[in-house]
Amino acid sequence: MSAIAVERPAERPRSRLLTWLGRALLFLAVPLALWGLWEGYRWLWMNQGWTWPFAVDDTTMPHITDIFGALFKNPSSVSGGGDKLGTLLVKSALFTAKEAGVGFALGAAVGFLLGVVLAQSRILQRGFLPYIVASQTVPILAVAPIVVVYLGTLHVAAWFSVAVIAAFLTFFPVAINTLRGLQSADRRALELMRSYAAGRGTILWKLRLPAALPYIFAALKIAATASIVGAIIGELPSGIQDGLGGKILTFNQYYGLDPTQLWATNVVAAMLGIVFYLLIALAERIVVRRAPENVA
Amino acid sequence: MSVVKIDNVTKEFRGGTVALKDVSLEIEEGEFISLIGPSGCGKSTLLRIIGDLIEPTRGVATVNGKPARQARKDRDYGIVFQDPVLYDWRTVGRNIALPLELAGWNRQKRAERVKEMLALVELSGFDRHHPWQLSGGMQQRVSIARALSFDPALLLMDEPFGALDEMTRERLNMELLRIWERSGCTIVFVTHSIAEAVFLSTRVVVMSPRPGRISNVIPIDLQQPRVAATREEPRFFELVTQVREALHLGADLDVPAVESPV
Repeated sequence: MSAIAVERPAERPRSRLLTWLGRALLFLAVPLALWGLWEGYRWLWMNQGWTWPFAVDDTTMPHITDIFGALFKNPSSVSGGGDKLGTLLVKSALFTAKEAGVGFALGAAVGFLLGVVLAQSRILQRGFLPYIVASQTVPILAVAPIVVVYLGTLHVAAWFSVAVIAAFLTFFPVAINTLRGLQSADRRALELMRSYAAGRGTILWKLRLPAALPYIFAALKIAATASIVGAIIGELPSGIQDGLGGKILTFNQYYGLDPTQLWATNVVAAMLGIVFYLLIALAERIVVRRAPENVA
Repeated sequence: MSVVKIDNVTKEFRGGTVALKDVSLEIEEGEFISLIGPSGCGKSTLLRIIGDLIEPTRGVATVNGKPARQARKDRDYGIVFQDPVLYDWRTVGRNIALPLELAGWNRQKRAERVKEMLALVELSGFDRHHPWQLSGGMQQRVSIARALSFDPALLLMDEPFGALDEMTRERLNMELLRIWERSGCTIVFVTHSIAEAVFLSTRVVVMSPRPGRISNVIPIDLQQPRVAATREEPRFFELVTQVREALHLGADLDVPAVESPV
C-alpha cells in the first residue's frame, strides 16, 4: 500500500541561511528604529519648544549614545572602586540575578507543587484559591519590609529575604497555570488511561503533566521576568546596596545631576530580564515536544 | 463462553435522560458486531458500559466471564475512539508502547512489539515520527495498533473511521478486516454508516432512541473473507436495504433527536 505523503520539514541549507539572516536583520532593525524614534522625538520637541506632555531636554531624554556611553565612564555619584559604570552594573546585575534566580526557583517549585495539590480536589481549590489570589493583591512594597525584618531576626542573609520576595511574585502564575494545565488533558485521553486501568499517579505522570507543560512554560516565562522585578523591589526596603535596586535608589537621587546613570541601570535591568526569559524559552524548546500549534 | 454479555442494562443520566433501557446482548468469541443507530440511541453508551468507562444504572455487563470492572482492570480490551487520541508529546512508537509501559513490559519487549504492530498497520518506519506529522488515516491506524498492542481479546471501536474521507475509510475497512482475521479478536464497532456496518460485521445490532434500545439484530451472511467486490454483490445490497428499513422502523423520526450526553 502506498503511504500517504508525510510532511517532513525540508532541510534546505540555503533557505535556513536566509531565515537566519532575516532574523539577524530584524534583531538589528528594531533597536535601530527605536533609537531613531527616540532621537527624532527629542529633536522635534526641543526644536519646536513643545512642552506637552513634558519638556524635552538632556535631563528627561538624554541622548542614547550618552546613555550607552555612561557605561564606559566612571560613575559620578557612587564609589565604583575604580570600576567603570558598566562593570559596576554588571556586578550588580549578577547579584540581583542570584536573588531573582533563587527566588524564581523557589517560587516556581512552590507554585508547581501548589498547582499539583490543588488539581487533586475541587474542595481544596474552593478553599485555597481565593487566598492565593488575595496574596497577589497585597502590594509587594508593603510585604517586603516585613519579610526582611522577620527573616532578619532568623539571621538569614539579607539577599535571601529578597529572594523570598521574588518568589512571592513568581509562585502565583506558576500555580494558576499548573492547575489549569493539569486540567487541560483531553477527556478521551483520560478515558484511554482508564481503559488501561491506570492509577492516579500514572495518569498524572504520563498524561496530565505532559499535557500541562505548555501552560507551565507560559507561566515560567512570566515568572522569570517577574522574579527580577521582585528582586529589585525587594532590595529597596532591605538596604541592600549590591544589587540593581540599590543602584536605582542611588542614581534616582542624583538624577538631576546625571540622568544617564539611571537610564543605563534600566538598560542593564532590561537585559537581565531578557536573559532570564531566553533561558526559559530555551528550556521549553528542549523539554516540550508538541505539535507546533499546541505550544503556548 | 460469550466474550460480552449484557444483561438487562439500563442507563439513566443525571437529568433523567434514559440512554439505554433494558438492553440485553451476547457476543460470541471472534464475532464482529456493529452497533448502528441514530444519534441518541445509546450505542456509544453501550460501548462504554462494556468497557467500564461508565457504569450502568441497572443490570450487569460481563466481559470474558468477569464483571466489566474486573475485565478493565485486567486490561481485557483495547479501545479506539473517533479521534485518534494520540499523545502528541510521544512519538508514534512510544504511543503504541504506552499500554505496554503501563503493563510493565521491559524496553526490549516493547520495542519488538511496536515493530510488529507497525508492520500490522503498514506503518513500518514511522515509529520516530510525531503524530502531527501523519495524515488522519495514518493516525487512526496508529491508534488501532496501540489498542491491539497488548493482545486484548476484545476490541471496542467508537466510530473509528467517522472523521475520515470515504476513500480512506474503505481502505481502512479492508485493513481492519485483515487485522481481525489475523488476530482472531472479537470486535464491537459503533458506526453511523449502514454500508460500513454490513460490509464489516458478522451481525449488525440496530438500535433506536428514546429510550435507547436494541430494535433488531441482523445476521450478515456474506461470504468470508470479505473483499472489495463484496460491496458489489446483490446480497450486500439486500442486507443494506434490510438494515436501512430496520433503522427507519425503529426510529420515531418526528421527535427531534437528543444528543447522547456521552
